[in-house]
Amino acid sequence: MKRILSNIGMALTSLMTIPAIAETAGKVDQYSLNMTKGVTDISAEVYDLHMLMFIICVVIAIGVFGVMFWSILFHRKSRGVKPAHFHESFKVEIAWTVIPFIILIFMAVPAAKTLIAMEDASEPDLTIIVTGSQWKWHYKYMDDGVEYYSKLATLPDEIKGKLEKGENYLLEVDRPLVIPINKKVRFLITSDDVIHSWWVPDFAVKQDANPGFINDAWAIVNEPGVYRGKCTELCGKDHGFMPVVVIAKEEGAYNEWLSEQKAMLAAAKAEEQRLLAMNMTMEEAMATGEKVYLANCAACHMPNGQGLPGVFPALKGSKIATKDEPRHIEILLNGVAGSAMQSYAKQLSMPDIAAVITYERNAWGNNTGDLVQAKDINAAMNGK
Amino acid sequence: MTSLSTEHQGSGHDDHHDDHHEHAIPKGIKRWLYTTNHKDIGTLYLWFAFIMFLTGGAMAMVIRAELFQPGLQIVEPGFFNQMTTVHGLIMVFGAVMPAFTGLANWLVPMMIGAPDMALPRMNNWSFWILPFAFSILLASLFMEGGGPAFGWTFYAPLSTTYSNDNTALFVFSVHMMGASSIMGAINVIVTIFNMRAPGMTWMKMPLFVWTWLITAFLLIAVMPVLAGAVTMVLTDKFFGTSFFDAAGGGDPVMFQHIFWFFGHPEVYIMILPAFGIISAIVPTFSRKPLFGYASMVYATTSIALLSFIVWAHHMFTTGMPVFAEMFFMLATMLISVPTGVKIFNWVATMWRGSLSFEVPMLFALAFIVLFTIGGLSGLMLAITPLDFQYHDTYFVVAHFHYVLVTGAIFSIMAAVYYWLPKWTGKMFDITLAKWHFWCSLISVNVLFFPMHFVGLAGMPRRIPDYALQFADFNKWISLGGFAFGLSQLIFLALLIKACRKQGDPVSSQVWEGAEGLEWEIPSPAPYHTFETPPVVK
Repeated sequence: MKRILSNIGMALTSLMTIPAIAETAGKVDQYSLNMTKGVTDISAEVYDLHMLMFIICVVIAIGVFGVMFWSILFHRKSRGVKPAHFHESFKVEIAWTVIPFIILIFMAVPAAKTLIAMEDASEPDLTIIVTGSQWKWHYKYMDDGVEYYSKLATLPDEIKGKLEKGENYLLEVDRPLVIPINKKVRFLITSDDVIHSWWVPDFAVKQDANPGFINDAWAIVNEPGVYRGKCTELCGKDHGFMPVVVIAKEEGAYNEWLSEQKAMLAAAKAEEQRLLAMNMTMEEAMATGEKVYLANCAACHMPNGQGLPGVFPALKGSKIATKDEPRHIEILLNGVAGSAMQSYAKQLSMPDIAAVITYERNAWGNNTGDLVQAKDINAAMNGK
Repeated sequence: MTSLSTEHQGSGHDDHHDDHHEHAIPKGIKRWLYTTNHKDIGTLYLWFAFIMFLTGGAMAMVIRAELFQPGLQIVEPGFFNQMTTVHGLIMVFGAVMPAFTGLANWLVPMMIGAPDMALPRMNNWSFWILPFAFSILLASLFMEGGGPAFGWTFYAPLSTTYSNDNTALFVFSVHMMGASSIMGAINVIVTIFNMRAPGMTWMKMPLFVWTWLITAFLLIAVMPVLAGAVTMVLTDKFFGTSFFDAAGGGDPVMFQHIFWFFGHPEVYIMILPAFGIISAIVPTFSRKPLFGYASMVYATTSIALLSFIVWAHHMFTTGMPVFAEMFFMLATMLISVPTGVKIFNWVATMWRGSLSFEVPMLFALAFIVLFTIGGLSGLMLAITPLDFQYHDTYFVVAHFHYVLVTGAIFSIMAAVYYWLPKWTGKMFDITLAKWHFWCSLISVNVLFFPMHFVGLAGMPRRIPDYALQFADFNKWISLGGFAFGLSQLIFLALLIKACRKQGDPVSSQVWEGAEGLEWEIPSPAPYHTFETPPVVK
């Protein structure tokens, strides 16, 4: 039984996290020129290394371009300069092969040190499994059983320019990841479909999420705050719309948050059981179904159910959405192997799956009149 | 390089042979379809590359128009991804590589004193594959589902399980491009090995010939690897194999290893001929022989060899073992040594020379400065811990556009301006050329320099929309992009004028200080040259 979230739970959490986001907002720097120092010891080390390399490169550039521009200014034909005839010098050529080599060694030593420190994910205090899928992140706290999806919270109307864009445009999610400060948090990163990459610049953590394989990364965050990042591996159509938001809290606040999550999970389970026994009316099912559809299905199948020809199939008038109801349920529960259609069994609650199927079978002129109930989904899933 | 002097065997060689062959040149479309003449094929390659450059550039304009401000205004994200993908494929395989092959066709025989390429019919074939390959690729954009949308790097499983059926067209098209490149490379190698004029020993060859020879070996080594990668994508997608699918025992990261084993030498395929061009232009306008000819040859060879052991620096975030990360970091840093030698040699060539600043030299100087900037940001990217922050951001986009646009493409423009008078027999329109140079130079930096900043500030690449803090720089970047795009229309106008043979006639040497066999034949270069090999002393 992995389906754990109901709409109610989602709404509650997002309400709770909005004030936390507001607290540290207002740091948008329009002309930020440089890498962030971040909030971990590693990210500070990476920043220092970056500045060291940058300065070395600038010095080399000034040296080389200086000599070159000296020639351009003073060795011009228009000044009547007669050209020299030298065309090789063993000593000089050896020198400018050996000296850069020595500079490289000076660069490599601190780089290797930092690299070894970064790659040591041993002895974590806390482990979180981070799973990418098109186009959202799923977080699962290994020791506490808490798990949830984290999706873009920016409204489609903001993206289309119909609403004014908020301060954290494209950098806000419905349910951020929450971690304690001063603890070694290990992230085990994987994917359900294509390759994604989980990046939080303030932690200097960027790790690819490879389907079928698990990568690790870690961070010890020094300051409470809200840290924002993005998916950084092209993962399909909505690659630009799957941000990462991490809230780092003091240990006490974190523990409080965790027990709230557990209580909410229990409440959501109970609510789901209650709804299993109830029947939705057509109006309720269509209303919930539309909401669920727009949040989960419309990215590919489009709000009008017509899909994208050649890429994502249309639901409007499709055989499955108008005739084959058992297959329709099966696809939602298991996905379609070898395609972009994911399994929603663990992403949505049974009432939501029932509602969205009802919606798809009755919207856009698919007037089948079919009304699917949560218990039908339960029967399909668990054979009850 | 030792100075060259030639002795034509038989007096009046050029004029007589010209008359003799005049009747043999077919007219109209047949001339171009059936041609086996290296000069005609060179011209075809160069025009094809330029048309592809404008096509890929138009796609870049779409990308920059969408990124002009935050939000989705002009295109849908799916189409945006097709634009970034096809822009990359066209610029790499359609613009830069064919342009260098075109230059090789025109110049290698003239530089080594050969009458033509060694395999002229294959030469014709290797060119005429290309328009078909790119027609297939471009046609897929207009088909149901659209063209490839998985990036020019086509990482699996985005390009396999999660792509549309038009992927088959992409695969077929890449196969054709690869076949064309391999044939072109074989031709260059066979020509250089067998058709050098008497006395043209290895260490007397112009550096453009040397760098192209090494490039051709790289092409033969890695184009089959690319063919293997696309074939595995094809069978994973359509024939049920699981090379890159963990569910069937495969590994998506293996795709990246295979791709970049091709991809990194490919980077040098696109820059080594540029080194050869700059090594020809800088001495001419410095009126001083190239400094360190031998070390240039050794540096080119070392770069080519090292290019085979650095591929995984594109993959630091894929979860490699720390030992592998260390190895690829150090090997990559090492490449900066021979590359540095080249830059130092060019600067030393200018030192105490007698410099003048004709248009080819302007482009060559811009190349040296801007390519070095791209090289230095490459050195920063090589440092693994830093790459975790830079990877897949606009910092990378800035880096590879500095080495490819202000590197490879500026060198191609420098080459065209340098040898165009030799090809047409007329000096190009210098005013237009200067406008082209200065507009390009300024706009290209407005376009690519701020990308370093947005990248460091955290803007990922390949996104159609971005957070608000990147808005101002992106506006500048887009304006720079539009200006750079428009500047290339000046180049188009100049080239059309040049091909209509407008302008003042030039001497056979064209540029005071130009040395080499190609400057000893008349301008314009006759249809057939060196039918009797010159003797190089």
